[in-house]
Amino acid sequence: MKLDPKSYAKMVRRASPPSPVGKDCLWAFFVGGGICLAGEVLRQTYLTWYDAEMAGTLTSITLIFASAVATLLGWYQKLAAHAGAGTLVPITGFANSVVSPAIEFKTEGWVTGVGAHIFGIAGPVIAYGTLASWVWGALYWAMSKGG
Amino acid sequence: MNYLWAFLVGGGICVVGQLLIDYTSLSPARILTGYVVAGVVLSAAGLYAPLADLAGAGASVPLLGFGHLLAQGVCRAVDETGLPGIFTGGLCAAAGGIAASLVFALLAALVGRSRDQS
Repeated sequence: MKLDPKSYAKMVRRASPPSPVGKDCLWAFFVGGGICLAGEVLRQTYLTWYDAEMAGTLTSITLIFASAVATLLGWYQKLAAHAGAGTLVPITGFANSVVSPAIEFKTEGWVTGVGAHIFGIAGPVIAYGTLASWVWGALYWAMSKGG
Repeated sequence: MNYLWAFLVGGGICVVGQLLIDYTSLSPARILTGYVVAGVVLSAAGLYAPLADLAGAGASVPLLGFGHLLAQGVCRAVDETGLPGIFTGGLCAAAGGIAASLVFALLAALVGRSRDQS
């Protein structure tokens, strides 16, 4: 029997277990929404003492701290197994992607292990985010000159 | 009302991410990178600020909000200092989150031990 890549992909899809997309999405919605709700509670609390910008930053820092503790204790990974994007997309997922390799690569040393791998996922995120903001900044500058 | 919108919008943004995981073979790193860049683009197009006004942390906590933060920061820096601001604005605005992640990660590595992933 001859197989082209297309029909092979179809067979693989038929043979693999069904991905419970609906259930995944419910988990992602409630866990992700819950993390954002917790963030909003923090933000409203910080707004009592700080302006909107600093309140936002402090909210992120608090969530990052909570995520670091949960990652250290192994809880975040357990939740992520169910919640998928619900734990990946919020800033806590970004923090988890920094903290996890930091702990994991301790055995390879502080500089080439921890220091290098800490940026495994955060590095690309920061690099392309910075590039995108640089491009937008240049456009914005040009528009403010032209207009 | 604030809290309801934060929950709904934040949850909705995560569902989009979940659909990307389930229907494409994008790795988590690619999804996070894509979200931040998309956040910059949405913010530049003027679409993200209204969402942030409505949903508060529901818009700022997902990584799209990180992109929005970068884009807002660069605009402010350009307004204040002109062209050099395109280099300083983005990372200045995001500095708190990045520094917190790095510092807490290093502290966690100091006290933590790598565990069995199973």
